[in-house]
Amino acid sequence: MADDTQAKKTRPKRALSPKRKEQARREFLRTSVMAAGVVGFSLLGFLPVAQGKTLRLRPPGAIKTPSDEKDFLSSCIKCGQCVQVCPVQAIELADMDQGFAIGTPYIDARTQACDFSCDGLQCVLACPTGSLDHALDYPADSRMGFARLSRPKACLAIQGKGFKGLARGAEYKGLLRYDEIDRWNPIPVAEHPYDLELCDLCVRQCPIEIRITQCAEAEKQKAGSNQKVERVAKQYGNECPPKHAIGLEEAVAPDGTRVMVPVIKDGCVGCGVCEMICPPEPPAIVIDIDKITDWV
Amino acid sequence: MGYIVESFRQLAGLDPSRPHPEEQADEVLSVYKEKRKTRLTKAALEAARDEHHTQCCDKWQRRRWATLILLNLLFVVSYYFDIQILEGALTASRFVGFHMADLNSALQVMLAYKHVVLNLVIGTVTVLILWVILGGRSFCSWVCPYHLLAEWAEYLHVWLVKRKVIKNHTFDRRARSVFYLIFALLALVTGYTVFETISPTGIISRALIYGPGIALVWVGGLLLFEVFYSRRAWCRYVCPIGVTYGFVGLASPVRVKYNIVDCHHEGDCRQVCLVPHVLDVTIRGKAQDLNSDIGSDCTRCGLCVDVCPTDSLNFVIKGLGKQS
Repeated sequence: MADDTQAKKTRPKRALSPKRKEQARREFLRTSVMAAGVVGFSLLGFLPVAQGKTLRLRPPGAIKTPSDEKDFLSSCIKCGQCVQVCPVQAIELADMDQGFAIGTPYIDARTQACDFSCDGLQCVLACPTGSLDHALDYPADSRMGFARLSRPKACLAIQGKGFKGLARGAEYKGLLRYDEIDRWNPIPVAEHPYDLELCDLCVRQCPIEIRITQCAEAEKQKAGSNQKVERVAKQYGNECPPKHAIGLEEAVAPDGTRVMVPVIKDGCVGCGVCEMICPPEPPAIVIDIDKITDWV
Repeated sequence: MGYIVESFRQLAGLDPSRPHPEEQADEVLSVYKEKRKTRLTKAALEAARDEHHTQCCDKWQRRRWATLILLNLLFVVSYYFDIQILEGALTASRFVGFHMADLNSALQVMLAYKHVVLNLVIGTVTVLILWVILGGRSFCSWVCPYHLLAEWAEYLHVWLVKRKVIKNHTFDRRARSVFYLIFALLALVTGYTVFETISPTGIISRALIYGPGIALVWVGGLLLFEVFYSRRAWCRYVCPIGVTYGFVGLASPVRVKYNIVDCHHEGDCRQVCLVPHVLDVTIRGKAQDLNSDIGSDCTRCGLCVDVCPTDSLNFVIKGLGKQS
């Protein structure tokens, strides 16, 4: 019996004919080339990452530092649930030219910024892997980037000009929420003409500044009804008001005249609405992703 | 136990083991002996095929294509009409709010990121249980959108081979195990989800839902490679997703069962199969028992069940219905 099992195991393999041998040799070569090709191609995905080309404005809560997105890229499962829940469709997914960053969410602020009109950071809540960190509770705590007045000469406020008409033209597809029009549904910017004596769009539309205004109003109401102001903060655990993000401040121009200049402040989270709404093309104000407010 | 060991061998890319005559049941040997008495003529085989054609032929294929298309469509319409039934993409999603995560994508993320949040655990376990129930690699043939495109490319390939325009080139099946290890190691070592970069399953799923991109050029290239050079190359020799679900299938009760009694051993089933090695048992002399379960590398696509002229291959759910 023991001999039997032994025989079974050591049954000799039939010797291959020369033709079969040649076939097997070729198959082995083919397989090696194919394996090297597929693995090599997949590793090409490291190039854009190594060159820093994949650094982008990411949705709120992305676990990254201004110069290192490694944790974000590795933890993202590339499913796009954040894309689906965004009420203004600010989030897009990276393509294959982004290598390992394929399928990761980013925001092109000029096309459509994040205006936090979901209030509850829906993208963060939707993220199944914690790539957008669930520890982030409030828009004012997000750190996406930081605004910079990149072309002061183009800024209408600095030129002392007002703004009348559609901020980005009639063809522009972007959405923003205007509380006074519809609290729950963002509308196309192209359906909302402005008439401003001095252009202050970047300040006026800043979600953080809007929040500060809301806080002030709530405070006023509470004061009128003898309720304690702190209750707002206590109820929601939300710092109210948050720190200022941007404001128009008087400055003296080189020629001695007094002008109003947009000044970016500590409260800026880099959501990109200022870049989105700025009328000149290209915009006078942009979001830098290489710094966030805690770093400046 | 034998099923798991044998399935694992086949998944790993080793040749299916051939039973020693002493291991074969007496009934099996006598069936083979009986069959040797009457030679199968071409006419008799054609008659059997014709008779089979009058009854049915693509029942499982139709069901499968419908399921695959509807499921992928459900992702699209959920987003497009904002009905929130199936949100996300095949890599991870929420089905009416419940987390789901593709097992291979989740594995890549866990290996690369090295932290796991609870939602991902919930999603992964849900999907694991789901596919243990549903048959492991049935994910491939019933859900994966690349599988369907590759199936169509395969028709073209087979047609071209038949007309002698091209030749099929096979690869070593063990390559897939090597790929599986390489991509797992790459995720672990580099800290990036390297495989996701080239995974046609994720790429097509996202393209369907969020719109096409240049990544589809890669998918097109893969399909061309399969049409003109090597039949079903990606699924057969590369895709680690198939291996992951193959492991899951080891524990699945949904299997294809082979019965040797009426089988003509003509090999029609192996002609249509994505993973023909799992059907080696249908070759004359290779069965151990009257009934054999097809190994877990089987994608439960049902093409063999559809094509078999003698009804020798059938879907079974272990532990349900009549046992043999």
